[in-house]
Amino acid sequence: MRFLQPTTWAEALEAKTVHPDAVAIAGGTDVMVAVNFGRLRPAALLDLTRVGELQEWGTEDGVVRLGAGVPYARVITELGDRLPGLAMASRTIGSPQIRNRGTVGGNLATASPAGDAHPALLAADAEVEVASVRGTRTIPISDFYRGVKRSALAADELIAAVRIRPPSGPQQYSKIGTRNAMVIAVAAFGLALHPDRRAVGTGIGSAAPTPRRATAAEDFLAGELASAGLWESRAELPATTAARFGELVASAAAPIDDVRGTAAYRVHALSVMARRTLGWAWTEYRTSKEV
Amino acid sequence: MSAPARTPAGAPGSLTGPGSSGGVGTDAARPDGTLKVRGEFAYGSDLWMEDMLWGTTLRSPHPYARIRSIDVGPALAVPGVRAVLTSDDVPGAKVYGLELADQPVLAVDVVRYQGEPVALVAADHPETARLAAARIVVDYEVWEPVTDARTALGHPRWNQVHDGTAQVTELSRESAHLHPEGNLVRHLKVRRGDPAPTADVVVVGEYEVGMQDQAFLGPESGLAVPAEDGGVELYVATQWLHVDQRQICAALGLAPEQVRLTLAGVGGAFGGREDLSMHVHACLLALRTGRPVKMSYNREESFFGHVHRHPATMRYEHGATRDGDLVYVRAAIYFDGGAYASSTPAVVGNGGTMGIGPYVVPNVHVDCFGAYTNNPPCGAMRGFGSVQTAFAYESQMDALAAELGMDPVELRCRNAMEQGSEAITGQVVDSPAPVVELLRRLEAMPLPEPAPDDLRHRPGGVSNTTHGEGVRRGVGYAVAYKNVGFSEGFDDYSTARVRLEVVGGEPTVTVHTAAAEVGQGLVTVEQQIARTELGVDRVVVAPKDTAVGSAGSTSASRQTYVTGGAVKAACEAVRARVLERAAGVTGRPAAQLRLFDGAVVGEGLELPLAEVLGDDAVEETLEWRHRPTEAIDPETGQGFAHVQYAFSAHRAVVDVDTELGLIKVVEMACTQDVGKAINPQAVVGQIQGGTAQGLGLAVMEEILIRDGRVQNPSFTDYLIPTILDMPPMRIEILEYADPHAPYGLRGVGEAPNISSGPAVLAAIRAATGLPLTRVPVRPEHITGV
Repeated sequence: MRFLQPTTWAEALEAKTVHPDAVAIAGGTDVMVAVNFGRLRPAALLDLTRVGELQEWGTEDGVVRLGAGVPYARVITELGDRLPGLAMASRTIGSPQIRNRGTVGGNLATASPAGDAHPALLAADAEVEVASVRGTRTIPISDFYRGVKRSALAADELIAAVRIRPPSGPQQYSKIGTRNAMVIAVAAFGLALHPDRRAVGTGIGSAAPTPRRATAAEDFLAGELASAGLWESRAELPATTAARFGELVASAAAPIDDVRGTAAYRVHALSVMARRTLGWAWTEYRTSKEV
Repeated sequence: MSAPARTPAGAPGSLTGPGSSGGVGTDAARPDGTLKVRGEFAYGSDLWMEDMLWGTTLRSPHPYARIRSIDVGPALAVPGVRAVLTSDDVPGAKVYGLELADQPVLAVDVVRYQGEPVALVAADHPETARLAAARIVVDYEVWEPVTDARTALGHPRWNQVHDGTAQVTELSRESAHLHPEGNLVRHLKVRRGDPAPTADVVVVGEYEVGMQDQAFLGPESGLAVPAEDGGVELYVATQWLHVDQRQICAALGLAPEQVRLTLAGVGGAFGGREDLSMHVHACLLALRTGRPVKMSYNREESFFGHVHRHPATMRYEHGATRDGDLVYVRAAIYFDGGAYASSTPAVVGNGGTMGIGPYVVPNVHVDCFGAYTNNPPCGAMRGFGSVQTAFAYESQMDALAAELGMDPVELRCRNAMEQGSEAITGQVVDSPAPVVELLRRLEAMPLPEPAPDDLRHRPGGVSNTTHGEGVRRGVGYAVAYKNVGFSEGFDDYSTARVRLEVVGGEPTVTVHTAAAEVGQGLVTVEQQIARTELGVDRVVVAPKDTAVGSAGSTSASRQTYVTGGAVKAACEAVRARVLERAAGVTGRPAAQLRLFDGAVVGEGLELPLAEVLGDDAVEETLEWRHRPTEAIDPETGQGFAHVQYAFSAHRAVVDVDTELGLIKVVEMACTQDVGKAINPQAVVGQIQGGTAQGLGLAVMEEILIRDGRVQNPSFTDYLIPTILDMPPMRIEILEYADPHAPYGLRGVGEAPNISSGPAVLAAIRAATGLPLTRVPVRPEHITGV
């Protein structure tokens, strides 16, 4: 097995072009598990931990550009205010050791339907910045997931960063596991209210072949909020609206029975999580100052 | 041919510890504690020799199949491979086992469970060995597995009823025999009192316990070194060196003196290391290649490499008077033993003889079965047959209390066993049995406050699933008892060698036993006993090996009792000789002298041991036995089966998110009678650990099996409690001496593992109002979808 260790982004892209079958490794929390269990024997590993650019985040035109190699621990401590949904998702991930190693870029590259960052990224309308020696392109998050552990990434491309607009409204994230920490999601849900655009963002995890949005639920809720003038009035949300939102989120899922939970439970849990997170987000919106 | 025996890196050394002292009853520090905390302690997986080979195991992918042929040629052709072995290469007995020799060293013609070892490879590098093993061609004729214990026995299945006598609705087909003698490993009967009793109030319940794993952190590991005499030295992480030695000798066709075992560092055991794993395999490869061979399972292989806790299906019928006096209990208990017997006969023994709990019942009818199936073999695990039945009998007590409109603790106290009571085996409980006090003390403890506004204290934890919505609190109680030591007439002994000498001017005791230290702290206890009995601060614990006689198993909560008893007796023998010498020196009668603080002391006399001993060492080796037990009557289950009982009780306080089915155990309280706490801090550790393991079975720990195949052989999906799942504990330790035991002590380790889970289950039932008859409880059981 070749071990490639570029120290600059240009070298990394060059290496990926020369070795398109190389598996990129950052925190190694997915890759090394697969290697240790004998499920992955790549021709080459492309270690990205020496590429300094990937370890940074910054703000460009008001958009947060999160380098693909920034670990979850830093998302929590440095970006809790700017990226609240992603930070909440990050808090649910693994143990402190895993959060010190694991990265959002790695979560995207693995593209597991159970990846914890995905629902938050979907709800926030994130964009994935990918690059190769051919150039850089930006993929809307909704177009990124293409199948179980498959993404829109080409063989010669690497994930450079994720671009996320800071929130104009509350964000929430909720995840079901059968233990109270260090657990893979049985089902997860991300929610973002976008008062600036009068829109709603959602993301569903572990309940379909890919992470996905619940667009019917988004449209329903945005419509209800608009027609009742709730964005402006900040009045209480009718319980029936929250319940219907929950049902629509659940109906967007296409889960399976597996060792972690049944399809029926996942659907049920999504409806509860969607209803509850909406309640929390709306309470936060109602009680926050108008900007 | 064979290389000279050398000592590998990672082999254990003598332990003396940080120099802190403390005798019996103190929180003496562990001699291995600092090493372990600093990450410097060598475990079995750390063993290393420069010229060693790596062994690996090819395992069956099928739960049940005939082997038509095995072609090892492609594996042998891999560069770096030094040997490939099958059952044809086993020179001695082809089968082994703890109680029945029925398990092949390597599969012979048939595989009976997924993961059964079929062939072995030794190679220069572990990756080479794994690659070569994958190239072995095994032609299987795949058979349909038998995956249900009652089906295996041809017994009728129960109708799922909870409020009346179960109806037989269908007779299942009688399965083909998995073993020549049939699929019944053991049927234990307890018959007591009126065979057809009636009662005012009757409660019937059916219960199911899933397959729990020991989940020890140090995987099966060892290193076999061929010796010049044609024998082998085996360094291995295990629980009973001498029972391993017996089985290894049989398989290798070698004499006991040719197979020498040393205990490697053990990273947890909980029963999962009682059976052989890689022991014979590494020895076979080492003897074939003439090179040291290391084998160390990875986590996934570990799930296939050791036995698990028996899953159980149980049907109980309790009859009581309207006042709440138990009139009768009928119970049918089925343990799924999996493909091979392992400890199933003894598990059935415990499950049956203690199967109704620590209660006095005049009329009892218990049938306890252990069956062969094509599921993974099940054997010893902490609590050993008592964990499963406690879920059933304690659930029954709660159901009966509800039926009677009586407080569940009151009902338990009303029927509780006490000293002088007869157990269902007719055995008189002849030492303190403070069941009522254990429960009353729990009841008297204050209840915890409502959960603070902090996700970490909510069901779901930081996963942010509730801010209080849907959360209801429940409180549950359970009490349990468990035999200590080996039962039913087993010759249960330990051997201790104790030497007292002056080293570098300092009196030094060396304790040498073969008792496995698996993390529980026996090495500390050995030091404490020697300090107390010989008045010497410096106690060296020699490496555990077969150069000294058997200590019996580190199982059944027995080592502090039995090996502790042996060390105490050997110290007493050494002390008697030293005092005789001192009597000769001083002219005082030995009876007026004692050992204290490194000296012989008497009235107005203090003679340093250095002056008594000079350059001489005083050494004694002796075997020590607890009082004998006896076999039970095969038709009635009556007899003096158990040497001692341990009692514990738990109160669980649980918050349940009833809408999502998620659980937060808020507090666990435990009361336990330990007779005498030899090391109170270690006792608390055992109670905390046992409680966590019981909690785990109640709410998350299960090896999921489908069609005989393990679905979750990893710590990704076999979940054990984290710090956010295991709450703080209130612990009260009682010390009512057992007059038959050394220092009055009782075995500690298992009892809290038994009463913990049923208390959690009771609390979840109290919070939800659901019957919940299966553990682990899954979210779906609570939400109903």
